[in-house]
Amino acid sequence: MKILVCISKSPDTTSKIAFTDNNSKFDENGVQYIVNPYDEWYALVRALEIKESSGGNVTIITVGNANDEAVIRKALAIGADEAVRVDTDPTDAYYTAMQIAEYAKSNGFDLILAGKETINYNGSQVAGMIAEAMDLPFISLASKLDINGSTLTLEREIAGGLQVVDVNLPAVVSCAKGMAEQRIPNMRGIMAARTKPLNVIAPVAIENLTEFVAYTMPATKSACKMIDPNNMDELVELLHNEAKVI
Amino acid sequence: MSVLVYINSNNGLYKSAFEAVTYGKKLGGDVTVITSGAADTKVLAGLGKYGAGKVLVDRSLQGDDDQQLTRIIANAVVSSGATTIIFSHDLTAKAVAPRLSVRLKAGLVSGAIEVPNGDGTIKVNVFSGKAFSSVKVNSASKIISLLPNSIQPEVSGSDCEVEEFNGNSGESKVKVLSTKKPEGEIPLPEAELVVSAGRGLKGPENWGMVEDLAKALGAATACSRPVADIGWRPHHEHVGQTGVAIRPNLYIAAGISGAIQHLAGVNGSKVMVVINTDAEAPFFKAADYGILGDAFEVLPRLTEAVKKFKSSGN
Ligand SMILES: Cc1cc2nc3c(=O)[nH]c(=O)nc-3n(C[C@H](O)[C@H](O)[C@H](O)COP(=O)(O)OP(=O)(O)OC[C@H]3O[C@@H](n4cnc5c(N)ncnc54)[C@H](O)[C@@H]3O)c2cc1C
Repeated sequence: MKILVCISKSPDTTSKIAFTDNNSKFDENGVQYIVNPYDEWYALVRALEIKESSGGNVTIITVGNANDEAVIRKALAIGADEAVRVDTDPTDAYYTAMQIAEYAKSNGFDLILAGKETINYNGSQVAGMIAEAMDLPFISLASKLDINGSTLTLEREIAGGLQVVDVNLPAVVSCAKGMAEQRIPNMRGIMAARTKPLNVIAPVAIENLTEFVAYTMPATKSACKMIDPNNMDELVELLHNEAKVI
Repeated sequence: MSVLVYINSNNGLYKSAFEAVTYGKKLGGDVTVITSGAADTKVLAGLGKYGAGKVLVDRSLQGDDDQQLTRIIANAVVSSGATTIIFSHDLTAKAVAPRLSVRLKAGLVSGAIEVPNGDGTIKVNVFSGKAFSSVKVNSASKIISLLPNSIQPEVSGSDCEVEEFNGNSGESKVKVLSTKKPEGEIPLPEAELVVSAGRGLKGPENWGMVEDLAKALGAATACSRPVADIGWRPHHEHVGQTGVAIRPNLYIAAGISGAIQHLAGVNGSKVMVVINTDAEAPFFKAADYGILGDAFEVLPRLTEAVKKFKSSGN
């Protein structure tokens, strides 16, 4: 079983979000990057579990510049066998997905996993785009994944409900909560990660379909109005007449 | 300009469908709706009230296979001549819109919260609700996936015609073994009112208070991440940066500290109420109304007050 896991970096969840260059660029000053939680906790760990139970190889792929290698080593420390970095900035989802699809097409993977979305752009786009570019079935937001021979059985969320589906490999799956438990890399993993193969490959020429041109922050809230805990009628009155939400 | 709006009508029409059609109408030009499945023709015709000129329905496709839906929508794009395609940013859109983007080479803008600005850029939520960005689309056609509860449905017309459509959905590679249908409850991302609770509730046996208040208000229920992680509540109720992002009109948080990762998923709410015993809880800095008190006493009291308010004719 050859598994490809798409890895993206994202700012640590406690990072201060700020912008520079006239609000046109994310301010990376002092920002610590982590592996995007959905990619790490669910996609990568489930891939490792499959490898542990039925053998195979787990390759991670990231589209990014040399600064991203720390994040790649972290994913290797958790247990991936090898890494591929497409040496370019991931400027939009389409551009990123086409880079990954290009690599995946010529490397014969049985299963391609990604997190359900990144926590910085929240697009939920890349995995579906890879699937379309490769004409593969795509199971989005799967919370459970089992393999039986060449068939995947998955549980996925659908609007307000849950669906169980079968699909034959190869396939693309985006992974959500429930699929696996977060793993903390141990010392041996961290040491081993240093010498695992990290192949840097050149990007292919692809246009950007979209551009993030300017950023803004939400308006600051006015001070919180304190209500007497014994007077819930007052709260209801305010929610009705002042806030007009009930 | 011609606009195509995809609507998932498999479980009837939710408010998000009316929002998406209203959004399409606001862009100007003709609005065509494409849907599939067995929805009642009369119900579909009602989309005309929100601005649809015509509804196309492919009755041959019952399921929600992403490849089949992509083919149908792509064919509807051709037949309607649309250059802008609108989705509601729900679970179907997250599977289908990216595929369609590649197939049509149309830039996809996910999580739109407003109609396009004068310069054509579109405002979206980024950094899990901690900031906004304006997105420019470079391609000739574009796809916009609208966050539920971002705009209000507006009635502007009357019932429209509903036309049978053969979208050549082709084969499905996915076999559906079972489907647990939603049981009439409001999907959390679309709920206008949400009552949420955290570790301060101390155990799953205490959630009756939360559900009682939700019921009195007609609200959906949510929870913080640790509460879902330890299994007090189902995963789909987990809101925040690594859970569901919501933007209801009212978010009531009881026994939730207001960690940055939690707030990220809820700070799009129009009004937030916090109930907490700790005056230093960070949630008080983000909320509009604060109650410094014990959730075990405040929640039942609030439920009574809501019931009294409702029974007085509101
Ligand atoms: C990468 C990452 C991602 C994360 N993503 C998320 C996410 O998506 N969503 C999320 O929620 N969290 C997330 N977290 C966790 C987050 O940091 C907090 O730990 C979590 O939100 C705390 O949950 P809580 O408020 O329920 O519990 P606690 O922090 O334990 O807070 C309990 C609160 O209840 C109050 N309380 C206690 N008793 C009572 C009472 N009787 N009445 C009223 N109030 C009472 C306390 O004063 C306290 O403020 C994430 C963390 C990380 C590191």
